[in-house]
Amino acid sequence: MSADGQDRSHWFDDEAGPVVRPYAMTRGRTTSAAQHRLDLIAVVVTEPYADDPEDDPTLSPEHVDIVRLCRDSSSTVAELAAGLDLPIGVVRVLVGDLVDGAFVHVNRPVPPAELPDESILRDVINGLRAL
Amino acid sequence: MIFGRSERGKPPVEPVTLKILVAGGFGVGKTTLVGAVSEIRPLRTEELLTEAGRPVDDTSGVEAKSTTTVAMDFGRITLREDLVLYLFGTPGQERFWFMWDELSEGALGAVVLADTRRLEDCFAAIDYFERRSIPFLVGVNCFEGAARYPQEDVRRALDLDEHVPLMLCDARDRESGKEALIGVVQHAMARASRRRAVTT
Ligand SMILES: Nc1nc2c(ncn2[C@@H]2O[C@H](COP(=O)(O)OP(=O)(O)OP(=O)(O)O)[C@@H](O)[C@H]2O)c(=O)[nH]1
Ligand SMILES: [Mg+2]
Repeated sequence: MSADGQDRSHWFDDEAGPVVRPYAMTRGRTTSAAQHRLDLIAVVVTEPYADDPEDDPTLSPEHVDIVRLCRDSSSTVAELAAGLDLPIGVVRVLVGDLVDGAFVHVNRPVPPAELPDESILRDVINGLRAL
Repeated sequence: MIFGRSERGKPPVEPVTLKILVAGGFGVGKTTLVGAVSEIRPLRTEELLTEAGRPVDDTSGVEAKSTTTVAMDFGRITLREDLVLYLFGTPGQERFWFMWDELSEGALGAVVLADTRRLEDCFAAIDYFERRSIPFLVGVNCFEGAARYPQEDVRRALDLDEHVPLMLCDARDRESGKEALIGVVQHAMARASRRRAVTT
């Protein structure tokens, strides 16, 4: 991408700074190859026998955070974004990298237009009633 | 903490996740409703946008000069260890509709909140869900000082399809919020079975 060749001040522009910075973390990428648009409620789970992400020099601290957060309990893309205070688009890219590296896997929610099983809907109703 | 290591290797539960949207005009009580039923304080997520109103993902990102953020709040209800419902308050302004597309994909349904003092504010949301055949119900949020109208009048003013449930609610009240969510799921179920009846 042309980002590297661009006027450097772009990166330090007061106004753009805090907005653009997260994408520096993804080296300017806004999508990753293997990644479809991950749903906000797609569940990210760390592979139990994944290598230690800290040993991988290509991964950023934020990648490591995600692997750590999803190790003991799974987490959705939305929760990761809120918990790490990163924009959703950035989390998608980072998770995509981690999937590529077999550090995590992602469970996609029920596909659109395919209502979940009636028994699940019934469980939801009963669960809500019981709250 | 101590158990962190010893538990390592034991795979975490991978729950089925579902979502319901809470839509409606500016200041109608979306965040309040999410907060009333959620087990966590509503969390905030942000997405970056270019000024054109498109997500950064669709452009070359860093080159986009003027970006702005759109915030969404969401809450969570763990129904069972393996079944978790998320509620998303949709961003109000129409220029954020692309976010709605993304949010509504795979959603169980939606609650559209309406305020009788400015009913027109929820027209856009109703149109949106009608056009995409996403099951929704209308919750008339009862603010103090707002005149109470018969439900039939509100229905007519909104030009609601007879199948679409309408209920009075108080976004601050947990029971009322739960009832609205149950209503959405029941409506989604009823619609699905009507459809099955038609296609089989
Ligand atoms: N009296 C009364 N006040 C309410 C009710 N629901 C919400 N409010 C108040 O209305 C104001 C706006 O509520 P929010 O939940 O922030 O509305 P919102 O739809 O999330 O607003 P935006 O995200 O800004 O569009 C808050 O001060 C609430 O306390 C209600 O049922 N009755
Ligand atoms: Mg709000």
